[in-house]
Amino acid sequence: MKDFAALYGRLDQTTRTNAKVAALADYFRTAPDADKLWTVALFSGRRPRRTITATSLRDWAAERAGLPLWLFEESYGIVGDLSETIALILPPPSKDSDQPLSYWIARLRELSALPEPERKAGILDAWDSLPGSERFLFTKLLTGSFRVGVSQTLMTKALAQATDQPETEVAHRLMGDWTPETTTWARLLHEGEARDDSARPYPFYLAYQLEDPADLGDPADWFAERKWDGIRGQLILREGKHHLWSRGEDLITDRFPELARAIDWLPHGTVLDGEILAWDGDHPMTFNALQPRIGRKTVPKSLLTTAPVVLMTYDLLEQDGHDIRPVPFQDRRQRLEALLTGLPPEAPLRLSPPVPFATVDDLREERLRAREEGAEGLMLKRRSSPYGTGRKKGDWWKWKVDPLTIDAVMVYAQAGSGRRANLFTDFTFAVRNGNELVPFTKAYSGLTDAEFRQITAWVNKHTVQKFGPVRQVEPVQVFEIGFEGIQASPRHKSGVALRFPRMLRWRHDKPVNEIDTLDTLREILAAHG
Amino acid sequence: MNVLTFTDRGIYCPAGDFHIDPWRPVPRALLTHGHSDHARGGMDTYLSTDLAAPVIRHRLGPIRLDTIRYGEPRQIGGAKVSFHPAGHVPGSAQIRVEVGGEVWVVSGDYKVVDDGLSTPWEPVRCHAFISECTFGLPVFRWTPQEELRDQVNGWWAQNASEGRFSLLGAYSLGKAQRVMHLLDPSIGPILTHGAVEAVTQVLRDQGMPLPPTTRVTPDLDLKAHAGAMVIATPSALNSTWARKFGNASTAVASGWMALRGIRRRRGTDRGFVMSDHADWPGLNEAIRATGAEKVFVTHGYTAAFRRWLEEQGYDAGIVSTDYAGEEVLAHDEAPKDIIDEDAPGGAVA
Repeated sequence: MKDFAALYGRLDQTTRTNAKVAALADYFRTAPDADKLWTVALFSGRRPRRTITATSLRDWAAERAGLPLWLFEESYGIVGDLSETIALILPPPSKDSDQPLSYWIARLRELSALPEPERKAGILDAWDSLPGSERFLFTKLLTGSFRVGVSQTLMTKALAQATDQPETEVAHRLMGDWTPETTTWARLLHEGEARDDSARPYPFYLAYQLEDPADLGDPADWFAERKWDGIRGQLILREGKHHLWSRGEDLITDRFPELARAIDWLPHGTVLDGEILAWDGDHPMTFNALQPRIGRKTVPKSLLTTAPVVLMTYDLLEQDGHDIRPVPFQDRRQRLEALLTGLPPEAPLRLSPPVPFATVDDLREERLRAREEGAEGLMLKRRSSPYGTGRKKGDWWKWKVDPLTIDAVMVYAQAGSGRRANLFTDFTFAVRNGNELVPFTKAYSGLTDAEFRQITAWVNKHTVQKFGPVRQVEPVQVFEIGFEGIQASPRHKSGVALRFPRMLRWRHDKPVNEIDTLDTLREILAAHG
Repeated sequence: MNVLTFTDRGIYCPAGDFHIDPWRPVPRALLTHGHSDHARGGMDTYLSTDLAAPVIRHRLGPIRLDTIRYGEPRQIGGAKVSFHPAGHVPGSAQIRVEVGGEVWVVSGDYKVVDDGLSTPWEPVRCHAFISECTFGLPVFRWTPQEELRDQVNGWWAQNASEGRFSLLGAYSLGKAQRVMHLLDPSIGPILTHGAVEAVTQVLRDQGMPLPPTTRVTPDLDLKAHAGAMVIATPSALNSTWARKFGNASTAVASGWMALRGIRRRRGTDRGFVMSDHADWPGLNEAIRATGAEKVFVTHGYTAAFRRWLEEQGYDAGIVSTDYAGEEVLAHDEAPKDIIDEDAPGGAVA
């Protein structure tokens, strides 16, 4: 655990990307294979399963530290992180252990199979063997919430350096649903080729947000299409089987059985990139229609009828078993068109149509039409560009429509956690309905750190009532709330639920009697729901 | 009758007709130390320890200031008063007030570990103890001084070997000098921000064992000092002043650095857990050592700490001040307060 804690320390002690990559690369060159494998797994979101409840952990820690539970809770409120609170309140360890990361993960697994008293004794003993950040990290593993400031791109870069391979190859190898139990370090990073696993997806290429299309240069270099509002998906047809992957690297084949029929029309050795959309036969349905299909493993028949899906296809990554990602977009697009042209309407595949334009002004107009086309903006792709890995600036841009907006007043505030502990960052907003204020959404983001500090000071002085961690505040502060979509929701008092709500602006200039009303919200629902 | 009462001007002794660390003008002020939230201008007369006096004069200008040595008894009206080491910063004191055999002690700010510069804290037996509790939660447990020495010098040596400056934010009175005292001068030269140098010079003139430092002036040849340690006020770290050091590694020394969230929000490369206040074990040890049955808490997590003390069998109360008070979130109200733990009411830079 010492090596891993030292790595964590180096990552935590710098904000510079190069220093982080260097720290990771050093670690990947020297640590034992089993530890490296777990480190890659942890930093790519493959966590050990949580087997002990947070309640048990806090009870045991408070008891061991000789503190009443209320004082533990009080401390947790200040620290904002359960594992860190536990690591800090426990007395210093009486032992010191040299065991590596993989040992503690294995130990965790052993303990979770034991009855409660032995499990508790084992955890207390572990806490008593691990100092400082080792104890914090071990507890992080226990709580199943492991996040450090390392992006997948950064780790990929470090792995490429340490194993002397191109980044794209490493990124490809890390894709898929492997876990440290199903593979080894050698198999994951060294043996054979990334493509040996026939279900393994290619890394997704992601677009950056475009600020001004005038920055693009010559319009002739660019291809435009709609930015579809569904679920990004990669459909793989290989060796008589099909596999569907989400951008979050979840295998979602069984959730969208409609796409199985792609095999009837397309040859094997084909990989498509596109957007899964609920489809009414001619047009995309709203994201709301797709919502019930997300997060369920099996699909009831009724949903297949009310919200059938298609893959709105926009790129071809593999053809006849060949990886064609290095081929220029324009050529890939032509091959894709050739492949999909003439498919019957029952095929679950659509070709994302081009949006023709000659000038930047044409683009601006097309962007404004996005909502009526059932899209959330435009995508701009450089005609000469290869299919990249991860989010890279320059060749793919997304240009989203401006969000829907409403002016609302803050009525409740709650402190955040982690980096935002001790700051009020989670707010509930209300609109007017006659003389009443109706809460309709929460929002957490959109303000600067300085603004969060300012509002925190204000909340402290203008709290009307406390409900546990939630403060009811004087309804005075007005914010412009932006959101991407709206749907009717009987669960909510306001009757609506928003998609991606966030604070666009703090309206210091606007008094509370001028905020929007529930009727305005209903009008937006009627127009965009 | 109470030996001390709590008024809207500060802690007051009716028998002696004086205030301790008052925040509004009063005829006679007794000061525990020179930090700006304890030592304010506008009082008719002042009394402080002889060791704290030079900094107080430096900060408040021409004032009527009388001094007293640690342990020296003095009769003020009907009260017997003496000052005792608080270990917070050089010259800082706890103030003992005895009226008719009843003894109350005002802790001021204090820490129980020896920082090598301040006269070490001593327990003073009393009936009632008025204790600060800036870090009155069990998550605060300080890194031992020896470990801090290794951490700070290790960080500096690493940066020096890469030719980078080490830019360290530390409060100008107390923390800055404590850091200097820990530094290994063989690693390189020590530079200071003007606000730090001014206080350091006052303390050096008093005979404090501080290493040589060079004030950063516009004409200083920075290239000739590559790899130096630069000690600045925490607020200077984010200013344009700091940019002249180029690709420097940055750090802050503060008790708040014990919390990862605050450390990350501060955005420096390193956060050294170094405080001039008592940590949780320190507070509990200090209160026990006074033998007091009655404890008043002030500055910090007062509500939680009071409840904890009551559960431990103490008769506990809260003294509110004119600062942010008991608010849990108070130290986030301004960025400087995250770092300037000694001055929740407003730092002197």
